[in-house]
Amino acid sequence: MLKHDVLIVGGGLAGLRAAVGLCDRYNVGLISKVHPIRSHSIAAQGGINAALANNPDAKDDTPDKHTFDTVKGSDYLADQHAAEIMCYEAPKIVYEMEHWGCPFSRFPDGTIAQRPFGGAGYPRTCYSADITGHVLLNTLFERSVARGLHIYPEFVVAQLVVKDGECYGVVAIDQIKGEIVAISARATLFATGGYGRTYYYSTNALTNTGSGIGIAYKAGVPLKDMEFVQFHPTSIIGTNILMTEGARGEGGYLVNKNGERFMECYAPKAMELAPRDIVSRSITTEIEEGRGFESELGKYVHLDLRHLGREKILERLPGIRNICLDFLGIDPVLEPIPIMPAQHYSMGGIDTNEKSETVIKGFYAAGECACVSVHGANRLGGNSLLETIVFGKLGAIAIDNYLQAINSEPDAKAIEQATNDVEAKIRKLGNSNGEKSFRILDELRKTMSAYVGIFRIKQELETALNKIIELEGRAKNVSITSSNLFMNYELIGAIELEYMLDICHIITLGAFLREESRGAHSRRDFPQRNDTDWLKHTMATIREDGKPEISYKDVVITKYQPMERKY
Amino acid sequence: MTGDIYTFKILRYDSSVPEKRPEFQLYRIRVIPGLTVLTVLNRIRDEIDGTLAFRASCRSAVCGSCAMVVNGKIDLACRTQVASFDTREIILEPLPNLEIIKDLVVDMTPFWNMYEKIRPYLVRNSADPEKEIYQSEGDRKRIDQFVNCILCACCYGACPVLSRNPDYAGPAALAKLERFISDSRDERPMKELEAVNNDKGVWGCDTMLRCIDACPKDVRPTDSIVSLRKKLIKYKLLGKGNK
Ligand SMILES: Cc1cc2nc3c(=O)[nH]c(=O)nc-3n(C[C@H](O)[C@H](O)[C@H](O)COP(=O)(O)OP(=O)(O)OC[C@H]3O[C@@H](n4cnc5c(N)ncnc54)[C@H](O)[C@@H]3O)c2cc1C
Repeated sequence: MLKHDVLIVGGGLAGLRAAVGLCDRYNVGLISKVHPIRSHSIAAQGGINAALANNPDAKDDTPDKHTFDTVKGSDYLADQHAAEIMCYEAPKIVYEMEHWGCPFSRFPDGTIAQRPFGGAGYPRTCYSADITGHVLLNTLFERSVARGLHIYPEFVVAQLVVKDGECYGVVAIDQIKGEIVAISARATLFATGGYGRTYYYSTNALTNTGSGIGIAYKAGVPLKDMEFVQFHPTSIIGTNILMTEGARGEGGYLVNKNGERFMECYAPKAMELAPRDIVSRSITTEIEEGRGFESELGKYVHLDLRHLGREKILERLPGIRNICLDFLGIDPVLEPIPIMPAQHYSMGGIDTNEKSETVIKGFYAAGECACVSVHGANRLGGNSLLETIVFGKLGAIAIDNYLQAINSEPDAKAIEQATNDVEAKIRKLGNSNGEKSFRILDELRKTMSAYVGIFRIKQELETALNKIIELEGRAKNVSITSSNLFMNYELIGAIELEYMLDICHIITLGAFLREESRGAHSRRDFPQRNDTDWLKHTMATIREDGKPEISYKDVVITKYQPMERKY
Repeated sequence: MTGDIYTFKILRYDSSVPEKRPEFQLYRIRVIPGLTVLTVLNRIRDEIDGTLAFRASCRSAVCGSCAMVVNGKIDLACRTQVASFDTREIILEPLPNLEIIKDLVVDMTPFWNMYEKIRPYLVRNSADPEKEIYQSEGDRKRIDQFVNCILCACCYGACPVLSRNPDYAGPAALAKLERFISDSRDERPMKELEAVNNDKGVWGCDTMLRCIDACPKDVRPTDSIVSLRKKLIKYKLLGKGNK
């Protein structure tokens, strides 16, 4: 058994920021399914929001205006005190990252460059060309090296140890040694990222299974607002690799098959820079009404960058151009890019507060796996990188306070019990002769993309729910080729499947019950937002019998009364 | 069904069973146009052989997980199109110069050790300003190439020096050193360069330029090595040196 004061699970931005904030004073261990540098945060392109007011067009930008944009963007489902904390922290953490070496792009006056992003009243998205996630994650990893953080790469958490409302650590699989390892900790923070890969069409990394969210749920931690799933308007057809919103921030057009900039009909003022939920619905409507293009890889519209010119594309969007060359064989300098909306971000997640605390003592969550909620029903581009670092930092402060106040020792019995559970689970996988997990996963993903997507309707959600229940039954007999623990990716996939099914069940159930349209949750049968009945968070908790129990929680409203959302 | 039948020849080895020598295993699979090597690897593991080991994450050539040798060429599996070869046989081998853990997964520990040794982070002595440390657009541009490195170790696998001298720092670590030394904000003393003023450092490079060929992100590690050599000479001659 390994022992740490603090255990961080996840080596993306949220996990590394939390660890860097604590490893000077505590014995911190960070475990991650992939080496931290391979985490999905590396793929973020467009930028991180902070009201620095560096852009000549944004001299009167303030954290309050950033808060308002965030709340409005959330379709008023964000908890306003939390959004405000995030937006006030934003300049501090961006400067801190810069002081730690982050190579942001610069304005001619030497300040951090900022570009316009969707749903924002000012150009406040700080960036480094189109590799902002890459530079932020490298900077935090570099800091963790400077501070001597103890990292366990390629350790996969299989279970959280919780007893009587208190968390004592995790049970993980060390893939390289091929062992089950219990890791005890006085405080544990999950920063395990989003659940994009529960969808068939997703911009996310293959590793974004959301298993951390499912693991927390199984251990009795409530999940919040899971039905709010963001679909990004612009992913390339075929692989669904992202074309950053920065492409539109730099002036890119969306064009249908008649050559029309169709956003005129949907958001005449903001045009291509309306928030993502609105742009994704607009593209889907264009395609459904026959104004899209068709190909073997699916239906699509064009993202046209040609008018930006070679120089601007090479300077501001070089990564975008390379992706097009490598994966489509198209040069966006010369040709428009075929794009379609795809699952992109998980607004919902582990229920946390503005200190990254959960209802379980000693258990914290931050980043995309958590739901504070600062994004409510729709996240603004550039606010997620911000959330990871802010709530990683605030989580570290909360853990510090907790460890100073409380002196509990991990419960050895609970840890032993959890270890036995994991061993039994793996033995069972090795002994069954049912289906392979990928078959079930494939059906699950297709179901989610087909019936729990951009537009939703009662009958389809029912179909999805029934399908998921069927798959849950089949998943009980999943089998694997070998139960050897050494470098066994098939085994990891089989373990994660159970958690992915839980997540999909809750997304779909939440979407089925929520009879209104708000942000990214758009019901064809209930097209209006309904503040009287639905201005509330959906909470899902596991019951004794393993079924989800849904309840609701009030939204925190401080300064901004809900208004109609027009762009 | 469209697509052609391909034969994937994959080098299998399990370091937990060292007595069994590495050998190629053949998988026949139908490939439709537009598929990448990584997509096919995923299908092989899902549908044919659950024991196959390889690393992958972003599938978009930014996370650096899936470096390997594809038909003799080092590259990321995710950005290599199967149809880009004029043969129906695809041979996959793990990255050279690193020990195999299992199949296409190598032990990256030596690579990370070299990285950590060069102090891969911004070093500052001055107090931080309230806002950002100013940097001109030109100064930012100067480090651009080396900032782009994704630490995939393609260059490490391609380096002929590392194949005979495992103590050599290697292209990626030296490129990282150059990234920081030439950052206008970095204040590390020039005497730190002494650490690479030897055959394990900048003088170890043969300038065969294999690292440049192998880099999937157009980074030119040799440029960094040449630049570090110049800085060292200047520092030695003048007892100082500017960045
Ligand atoms: C293509 C793309 C571009 C984006 N661009 C932007 C942008 O420009 N601006 C913006 O604000 N946001 C952007 N986002 C969103 C943003 O990148 C993510 O929300 C954010 O990086 C998530 O960071 P994280 O630290 O929460 O998790 P991640 O970076 O996803 O890290 C999760 C970590 O958890 C580990 N892990 C997961 N499960 C387990 C387990 N069971 N056991 C052990 N370890 C585990 C993984 O190994 C990984 O280290 C983008 C997203 C995508 C998909």
